Amino acid sequence: MTPNSTAIDFAPPAQPAKPAGQPIIAVRDLVHRYQNRTALNGVSFDVRPAELFGLLGPNGSGKTTLFRILSTLMVPTSGSAMIAGFDAVRQPGALRRHIGVVFQAQSVDPKLTAYENLWHQGHLYGLRGPELKTRINEILTRVGLLDRSADRVETFSGGMQRRIELAKGLLHHPEVLLLDEPTTGLDPGARRDLWQYLQILRDQEHVSVIVTTHLMEEAEHCDRLAILNEGNLVALGTPEALTREIGGDVILLEARDPQALADHIRTKFHVDATVMDKQVRLEIENGHRFVPDVVEAFPGEIQSLSVSKPTLEDVFIHRTGHRFWSEDDEPATKTGKKKSRKN
Amino acid sequence: MSTQSATFPATAPASAGVLLPAFTLWWREVVRFYRQRARVVGVILSPLLFWIVLGSGFGTSFHSGQGAGQQHYLDYFYPGTLVMIVLFTAIFTMMSVIEDRNEGFLLSVLVAPVPRAAIVLGKVLGGTTLAAAQGLIFLVFSPFVGIHMTLGSFGLIVLTVFLVSFALTALGFAIAWPMDSTQAFHAIINLFLIPLWLLSGALFPVSKASEWIRWLMYANPLTYGVEALRTLMYPEAPSSFSFAFSLPASILTLVLFALFMFGLAFALANRRTTKPAA
Repeated sequence: MTPNSTAIDFAPPAQPAKPAGQPIIAVRDLVHRYQNRTALNGVSFDVRPAELFGLLGPNGSGKTTLFRILSTLMVPTSGSAMIAGFDAVRQPGALRRHIGVVFQAQSVDPKLTAYENLWHQGHLYGLRGPELKTRINEILTRVGLLDRSADRVETFSGGMQRRIELAKGLLHHPEVLLLDEPTTGLDPGARRDLWQYLQILRDQEHVSVIVTTHLMEEAEHCDRLAILNEGNLVALGTPEALTREIGGDVILLEARDPQALADHIRTKFHVDATVMDKQVRLEIENGHRFVPDVVEAFPGEIQSLSVSKPTLEDVFIHRTGHRFWSEDDEPATKTGKKKSRKN
Repeated sequence: MSTQSATFPATAPASAGVLLPAFTLWWREVVRFYRQRARVVGVILSPLLFWIVLGSGFGTSFHSGQGAGQQHYLDYFYPGTLVMIVLFTAIFTMMSVIEDRNEGFLLSVLVAPVPRAAIVLGKVLGGTTLAAAQGLIFLVFSPFVGIHMTLGSFGLIVLTVFLVSFALTALGFAIAWPMDSTQAFHAIINLFLIPLWLLSGALFPVSKASEWIRWLMYANPLTYGVEALRTLMYPEAPSSFSFAFSLPASILTLVLFALFMFGLAFALANRRTTKPAA
């Protein structure tokens, strides 16, 4: 997270679990309904201490609702969420001391300097005087902005503002850091810095980091992932384990009549070929052996063909039967993103 | 969770209490205001302009309409203008509640271990400070309208201005808290807050109003703020009320108004909802 960071490679995803103790976060049967829409439909999972945990899902999948419940901003319809041993519904005050929250929306005051923003933040957590001063300088050093301490935040770049947000969330040394779509609006370099910093936090400070994201490639940086779709938990595990479960390769075929081709493949090869976005898609082991066979079998019908290792998107398709970004990913479910209303 | 306290350093800070968070929210409100020069200038200049233009115009057009004997209308209008400055500052300051909500600032306060009372207190005291300061700055014009204050009457004027500022800021907070757009807030200002001021005796005396308007004016708590200021500024001038209402009674009314508004703001802010938050 230093401004001139040149490091590009990520450390290989560290061993997922530290000595497995009690989970730092325990979510049980969480249900949340708005009027007649079910945003969360019985979600349960654990997050281990010092884990980098991702909540992956398209807009409207319920991840923002889940984030708001974990950060005590919203009360769920039923179910429970415990963080560091405190109940998010019944003990929000005690729980709040143990979490740092970084919102997608900007929470720093642009009219205040970096130092003043953190000074203000520290007071909200009962920090004051020389101790607060020490912590502010320490955290500004860590996010590489100590030399901009006296500048108003409105003069900062997007990446620097995000680092101040992060500094705000970490000032009181929380055990759990919750981040909502933290890389939104950042350029690739700043994204890389951010993820690298989250990994450092996990490894050196043993902070449990929970990140919501709708970006597959970012989710790969997490130790473990919960994939949400329409309020349901559709997958839970390490990115490696999730993609491994698909087994083999993913083959995409383009044809003039994809439906007919899919039917033919199903009858001839007994594999589950489906049509998705006018392409025939199938998952098969040893895809390289299948390719010559299928081309031989339907001469002239196939216009193009690709073989790839499964990605998290394939995991999502495998579990839900539709694409991550389906066409009916419509304005209606985007409401989860919209800012609005009531504490 | 004793096993965890071993794993994690004890980092949870001591209780933040109410005063420290309230102080810091108050501080931010004040610093933020004075870093936006246009707001400071606008809130002073527009009522000043209003006072001179409207006061001079009315003063010569409606001579018979003067409320208080031989008092010049500019003099009569002076306390009303002061209340207007306070009203505008208080209300527009609380528009920051909506802005804070639409940005993420309010969220970061709501997830901090801070009692809601501290949030309301800090915000409202911040707005009160600004509104009262702007109102008191307007007092530099008081020698031009023949106001001679004693130390005692000055102290009571400060108290009155503070109470009016506090009550109106809390009112602004209560209006702004459930809202998510500043446009809606402007609608409320035009529909509700401007009439509140028009019917406070700021423009015309209560005793000269038609009967049903008069009852509205007596029901308007702001009327007692204007009346208290007028009594303190022009002790010799006759009351604008049609019955005798003492200064302590006016101030007591303001205290009750302020307490009620703060209670309302607190009650609104203290709700936890299952609706999408911000």
